[in-house]
Amino acid sequence: MQVQTHVDIHSEWGIVAARQAGRKLAREIGFGSVDQARITTAISELARNIYLYANKGQIQIEEVTSSGKRGVKIIAVDEGPGIKDLRRVMEDGFTTSGGLGAGLPGVKRLMDDFNIDSELDAGTSITAIKWLR
Amino acid sequence: MNPFISDIILEHKEEIMENWLVEIKKFRSDDLLQNISDSMYENTNREFVNKLIHSVQKEKEDEDFQDDLIQFSERLIQLGWPLNYITRGLQEFRKITVESLSDKGENYCKSIEFFQEIEDWTDDIVNLLVNQYSGSWENTVFLQKMALKELSAPLIPVFENISVMPLIGTIDTERARLIMENLLDGVIEHRSQVVLIDITGVPVVDTMVAHHIIQASEAVRLVGAKCILVGIRPEIAQTIVNLGIDLGKFPTKSTLKKGIESALEMTKRQIIEIKE
Repeated sequence: MQVQTHVDIHSEWGIVAARQAGRKLAREIGFGSVDQARITTAISELARNIYLYANKGQIQIEEVTSSGKRGVKIIAVDEGPGIKDLRRVMEDGFTTSGGLGAGLPGVKRLMDDFNIDSELDAGTSITAIKWLR
Repeated sequence: MNPFISDIILEHKEEIMENWLVEIKKFRSDDLLQNISDSMYENTNREFVNKLIHSVQKEKEDEDFQDDLIQFSERLIQLGWPLNYITRGLQEFRKITVESLSDKGENYCKSIEFFQEIEDWTDDIVNLLVNQYSGSWENTVFLQKMALKELSAPLIPVFENISVMPLIGTIDTERARLIMENLLDGVIEHRSQVVLIDITGVPVVDTMVAHHIIQASEAVRLVGAKCILVGIRPEIAQTIVNLGIDLGKFPTKSTLKKGIESALEMTKRQIIEIKE
């Protein structure tokens, strides 16, 4: 049983749609309110990054199971400018847009598994998973 | 329309209407049309096809006829009929007209002009009706945007020198700008010394929302007042810590009640019980 949602991000309303979809799935799987808030916040960060830096992209949200564990997987894909220095974006306080610079390192802390792939001028793909305990 | 062609259509109108009514009945299974009663569906279909046939005799520019069509579509919009019904109905109508006339086997029905004439005729009606529909949607979206703006971010004076700004719902860039403006204008207008920003109704506090709140409170500090952040729910507190957002410079309180107490303290007042 795979539940998958796909949200296109091309305006700020896409961010709202993505996190509502994420909250719904997290609730269905049985996450508590704190983890629901973590998952929605992570989706919000990733979706906002797409909107801010790449203008458009997609958020996919799906249920995953692995060795008896259930979880939520978020995949954020865009074809934007890419990230120049992957190590620096994972540092707290590093920002190119005047924001707080807490987005990506924050998502990594909010979720359990975190993986980022990026190629300059080709796009970025981020996968993050939160497991149900 | 070419009178020759309209005559042919009128001549075969019974057949076209019958065929169309049969075809349109098949749409009935469409989800969006489920909650419309059978007799209602039947009547609307008849009215629609009558108008279409009727339009053959009219000139494109005929205003009475256009008004009539607009009224018809407005009624459908109000009753919540899907646009899909109209576009499919008209596609089907064109198909049936062409089919049943070319069945007659006469040469004029095979000429390209004949088809073009029919296409032009139905396309005009499609355009008119689709414009009506999209106009009504745009209008709805516009009204909702305005309504959302109206409930945006009021600054409410609760005591002398103390104001509260309750934030409810999603904060996007547009609202963040409004919040900042209302906050600063209100602080000056009400001569507030302490402003409480209540985020109980904000569903998600991500770095952007936090950033806007930090900026707003910094701006409030510059005009000589203090900000207290209240209404931080436990799950929001945890995500803020996980994100690594530094709210250390900011006085925060869990509830609005506690916020007001400490605001009174800051302005050297307190609420006491009166002894009998």
